[in-house]
Amino acid sequence: MKFILDAEQRLFGETLDKLLAQAGTPAVARDWAAGRPEPGLALWRSLAEAGLFAVAVPERAGGAGVLPVELVTAFHELGRHGVPGPYAETVAAAVLLDRLSILAEGPAEGAAAVRRSGAAEGTPDAPSSIVAEGTADAPSSFLAEGRAEAWLPGIAEGTVVASLALPPLVPYALDADVASVVLTVEGDELRTAAPGQVRESLDPARRLFPVVPGDVLAAGPEVASAAGEARDLGTLACAAQLVGVGRRLLEVSVDYAGTRRQFGRPIGEFQAVKHHLANALVELEYARPLVHGAALAYGSPDFSHEVSAAKAMASDAAYGAARIALQVHGAIGYTDEYDPSLLIRKARALRAAWGSPADHRARVMSALTGP
Amino acid sequence: MDLDLSSVEPFRAEVRAWLRAHVPAAPLPSLETKEGFAAHRAWERRLHEARLSVVSWPEEYGGRDATPLEWLVFEEEYYAAGAPGRVGQNGINLLAPTLFQHGTPEQLARVLPPMASGEVIWAQAWSEPGAGSDLASLRATATRVAGGWRLNGQKTWSSRAAFADRGFGPFRSDPEAGRHHGLTYLMFALDAEGVTRRPIGRIDGKPAFAELFFDDVFVPDHDVIGEPGSGWRVAMSTTGNERGLTLRSPGRFLAAADRLVELWQAHGDPADTALRDRVADAWIRARAYRLKGFETISRTEDVGAESSVNKIFWSELDVALHETALDLLGPDGELAGEWLEGYVFSLAGPIYAGTNEIQRNVIAERVLGLPRAGRP
Repeated sequence: MKFILDAEQRLFGETLDKLLAQAGTPAVARDWAAGRPEPGLALWRSLAEAGLFAVAVPERAGGAGVLPVELVTAFHELGRHGVPGPYAETVAAAVLLDRLSILAEGPAEGAAAVRRSGAAEGTPDAPSSIVAEGTADAPSSFLAEGRAEAWLPGIAEGTVVASLALPPLVPYALDADVASVVLTVEGDELRTAAPGQVRESLDPARRLFPVVPGDVLAAGPEVASAAGEARDLGTLACAAQLVGVGRRLLEVSVDYAGTRRQFGRPIGEFQAVKHHLANALVELEYARPLVHGAALAYGSPDFSHEVSAAKAMASDAAYGAARIALQVHGAIGYTDEYDPSLLIRKARALRAAWGSPADHRARVMSALTGP
Repeated sequence: MDLDLSSVEPFRAEVRAWLRAHVPAAPLPSLETKEGFAAHRAWERRLHEARLSVVSWPEEYGGRDATPLEWLVFEEEYYAAGAPGRVGQNGINLLAPTLFQHGTPEQLARVLPPMASGEVIWAQAWSEPGAGSDLASLRATATRVAGGWRLNGQKTWSSRAAFADRGFGPFRSDPEAGRHHGLTYLMFALDAEGVTRRPIGRIDGKPAFAELFFDDVFVPDHDVIGEPGSGWRVAMSTTGNERGLTLRSPGRFLAAADRLVELWQAHGDPADTALRDRVADAWIRARAYRLKGFETISRTEDVGAESSVNKIFWSELDVALHETALDLLGPDGELAGEWLEGYVFSLAGPIYAGTNEIQRNVIAERVLGLPRAGRP
């Protein structure tokens, strides 16, 4: 048992941290918010080259398979640097597509006869729907191999940006206007989706879109279970991101409290300020092991409720750190132009993304006590 | 990174089987009463006979040389089994680690075996009427005499001292030296000539602690821990244990959280989602505490001041968990019983072992690196 990051995992995090520190992420986020996604998309590709998406894409599509500890390590850094973009959504889409395409290739002989439907309607980005038709003793309908096989390598390489809505927990598709693939799952149907009218978020770098469902890509109970797995992994990524957001807010607040002078001394000398910052640290210190523990539960029956536990506590810890950061900074933290205020806003937004703390506490309790 | 506990499963199974066969069916009387103290002492002896009272100690002193992971697993099983509270914990968790670090081989051989068997129960004697959070202002004295020291002055809030056998703590041996200097760490018998103890009823009236008055109490040289004058350093090495994992292991909170979930199932109103969320939180936080424990023992560097982070977390979790249970019990929440006993016990957590406000100062200055305020 060794419940700390190993040397390679640490190095992966440090590499991403360096890359992001050099990228000037606050400016990237402001461009993104203003509808200028190019710097953010360039950063997307750099992160892909550094292996960010490889940890969520299977080996046959050019990835490394799902490496959940590496995944949370990466998302912690994305959170610390306030990187804009549908990263958690793309990771979730990768898992969803992978699960359904494995089923389409299917181990069972003659399990599914493939039927093309509406081939002509396909757009270049979203090739025609291919559904597999079930036989009596086989699952009903799965995503056929063609489409997932086209998208997954693109996700690994950073050339495909995916977004998705998984209502009710994830009702909007983040940044769907810049995504090349937009998906939604409703009930047991996986569909392509078109973005509706953008909705403004408190976090200006989160552009939320209601979705208009399109072609059915796959249908059947397996879709719902794959969507559950995708939702859990996306939620885990978001929890890791939240811990990163909280960490950075604590770092900048400690720096500020050590230099900002009032009453002839740094405000960090005052116990009221010290205790706020100590409280923020305590919560973040316990949210991190929950995130790591949930990552290690990937593939086990406990994964789903461990992710919920991690998301609930990470949300509270990060949001608590944001409130404290705002209070310690005073008026400057309440301004749009001050970069840490981007993270203060992000903490609040991510708290409800991928399920609110109340949603996740309810999920924990239903796992512990039965429905 | 992994959470592979398979290597400790045989040990877990052995502990679980022994506990299942030996844990008393009915809870022992409160260990804060004379009768309960005796019953808990007898329980310590049974644990010792199975070599389960101090699993992490070396074999020669009654332990099993258990690894930190085995110790965590022992604690999980111990509390999951509903086994009695540990009346010997102040000695085992606070004095023994200090002796391992600063004691002589003679002291280890003399003090540890009777501590492991419950034959000698220890009380911590640190606080004084004028020295609580500001421990370094303590005034009880140790004066050099032939062959040893004479203690004079007063200690207070000494946990378990109403019924314990021996005590330990820092005394001022050089009044001329600065606050943190000139202290000497000593062990003494609570029935020695010149010691007067006056039990103090805690908030529920049980004599859980005591005042101690020292009137020319003789302590031989071999009961000094570390060098005379180095008592502050010796004491601070104890606080790491006190605030860290050893005093309040994750197993304790995991078991309590599981019982809270059962209580919710038995008494909870499904429509009361606010209360349900508090139950969920207690469970989530107990689990976070467990995982943090695994993280702590996986690290190689000294945890140091980070133990203060731990102390805040477990003490607040303990209070919140028991408050939730009492709220769940509704009108029965004020009635004497195990939950109420646990609640009263938990209320002291944010105060002892350094108040949580002192811990926040420690975290701010020594973990986060914020500037020290002007203090004497």
